[in-house]
Amino acid sequence: MKKLINSVETVEDEMIQGLVKAYPKYLKKIDGHNVVVRANKKEGKVALISGGGSGHEPAHAGYVGEGMLDAAVAGAVYTSPASDAILEGIKAIATDAGVLMVIKNYTGDVMNFEMAAEMAEMEGIKVKQVVVNDDVAVKDSLYTVGRRGVAGTVFVHKIAGALAETGASLDDVQAVAQKVIDNVRTMGAAILPSTIPAAGKPGFELADDEMEVGIGIHGEPGTHREKMMTANEITDHLLDKILADIDYSGSEVAVMVNGAGSTPLMELYIINNRVADVLAEKGIKVVETFVGEYMTSIDMAGFSISVLKLDDQLKELLAAKADTPALKA
Amino acid sequence: MTDRKKVVEILLAMAKVLEENKEYLTDLDNVIGDGDHGINMARGFAEVEKQADALEQKDIGNILKTVGMTLVSKVGGSSGPLYGTAFMKAGMVIGAKDEIDISDFLSGLETGIEGVKARGRSTTGEKTMLDAMVPALEAMKEKQAAGADTSEILAAGAAAAEEGVEATKPLIATKGRASYLGERSIGHQDPGATSFTLMLKEIAKAY
Repeated sequence: MKKLINSVETVEDEMIQGLVKAYPKYLKKIDGHNVVVRANKKEGKVALISGGGSGHEPAHAGYVGEGMLDAAVAGAVYTSPASDAILEGIKAIATDAGVLMVIKNYTGDVMNFEMAAEMAEMEGIKVKQVVVNDDVAVKDSLYTVGRRGVAGTVFVHKIAGALAETGASLDDVQAVAQKVIDNVRTMGAAILPSTIPAAGKPGFELADDEMEVGIGIHGEPGTHREKMMTANEITDHLLDKILADIDYSGSEVAVMVNGAGSTPLMELYIINNRVADVLAEKGIKVVETFVGEYMTSIDMAGFSISVLKLDDQLKELLAAKADTPALKA
Repeated sequence: MTDRKKVVEILLAMAKVLEENKEYLTDLDNVIGDGDHGINMARGFAEVEKQADALEQKDIGNILKTVGMTLVSKVGGSSGPLYGTAFMKAGMVIGAKDEIDISDFLSGLETGIEGVKARGRSTTGEKTMLDAMVPALEAMKEKQAAGADTSEILAAGAAAAEEGVEATKPLIATKGRASYLGERSIGHQDPGATSFTLMLKEIAKAY
């Protein structure tokens, strides 16, 4: 393993401290926990908290700021944060309007956030939640934990955060967050695995001529392995799955081509070139495109495509002002 | 009877075996999960180890509750809340005792398992820690009913847990991150069932 770190034990702490030192106008850290909150708390609005394991930078702490999140909680690499850190985050940002938790659908994340919410409610804080599950690679059924929350989560932060900023009620902010979840689909693929610092070796092995399709964001293997494809071929494959999942025909959409950490922008633009052409051919109008690293998997080489179907409300909130370290609008 | 001191000694033995098997558990998790199980369990029990002196001053119910709280609040992931819940529930049912016997242990384990099922919204056959926990409990209750002594009962539990781990291999995971692999999870043993078995074997070794 070759990484620019000081020790595997201090990766998360030093990363959060470095981020906060880079953006003191936006962020501050809560003492004793890897929880990042806005430098200036805004009262009178629903407060949004999200988080998850580390390794997804700039998610989630990079999205703390005006028009998006009020707090982000960072667990160990690829590991859900513990409930006491989440509770500290909730307490730090809680307002009379209440707190909305944006949880990605993983067993650990859901358990820890729910336990923190139960404790916060005992302290008189009003807490609601949404669970993001945008990954079409995973089969959804009554008997499984369901689909994963992946890069589409950033759209939830952006849009729910924009509505919260207007002073909307907790019910309304929760409803719009759920509307984003209902209308966003994502799928990804990897050509190189990621390495958790504390593990010291890659999460899986891939031969030079292989790729892993249907990956999540935690370095876990995907749904299946295929021979290496061209950028256009793999883009078509992922888009087929996404577009088959909900009816996008004739609608306006926002697109996110998200890099997994070690994929250059050059390749992401090549992928977006194909995404834009395919969507145009199908009569789907792209209103807004995001290309870059929004929800990474440490040093994985790969990408995901997210397509969010918009209505007037979502379109307006997507365009509304956001001022955070990692996303500005 | 088992006193407070021995309970803490067993917890320290668990911490040691989890540290020794950190890489093994992580390797198992790499294949079907996200490769952090060994790291998380070792980290959680290292925190427990730090509290050893304070733990010994508490009654056994509170020792277990404190261990549970530590795992819940320090580990994160899914193993933290699941094992944490199991220890907390066991501590609650055992209560303020300075000595426990095998019946106390089994009722604590049974309540702990119920806690894991509820917290994880899971049951047996889903390729999780429950696939080692439940058969182990059943085997121990059976031995107890047959009049076996503590060491025979625990040995039967450890053996049943090991068989339970083996039995997770052909299962398709439907809970936790392994469920994302669908049929690709077949053929691999569950890391959570494995860590439970390691811990139960440490208890069995102490008798």
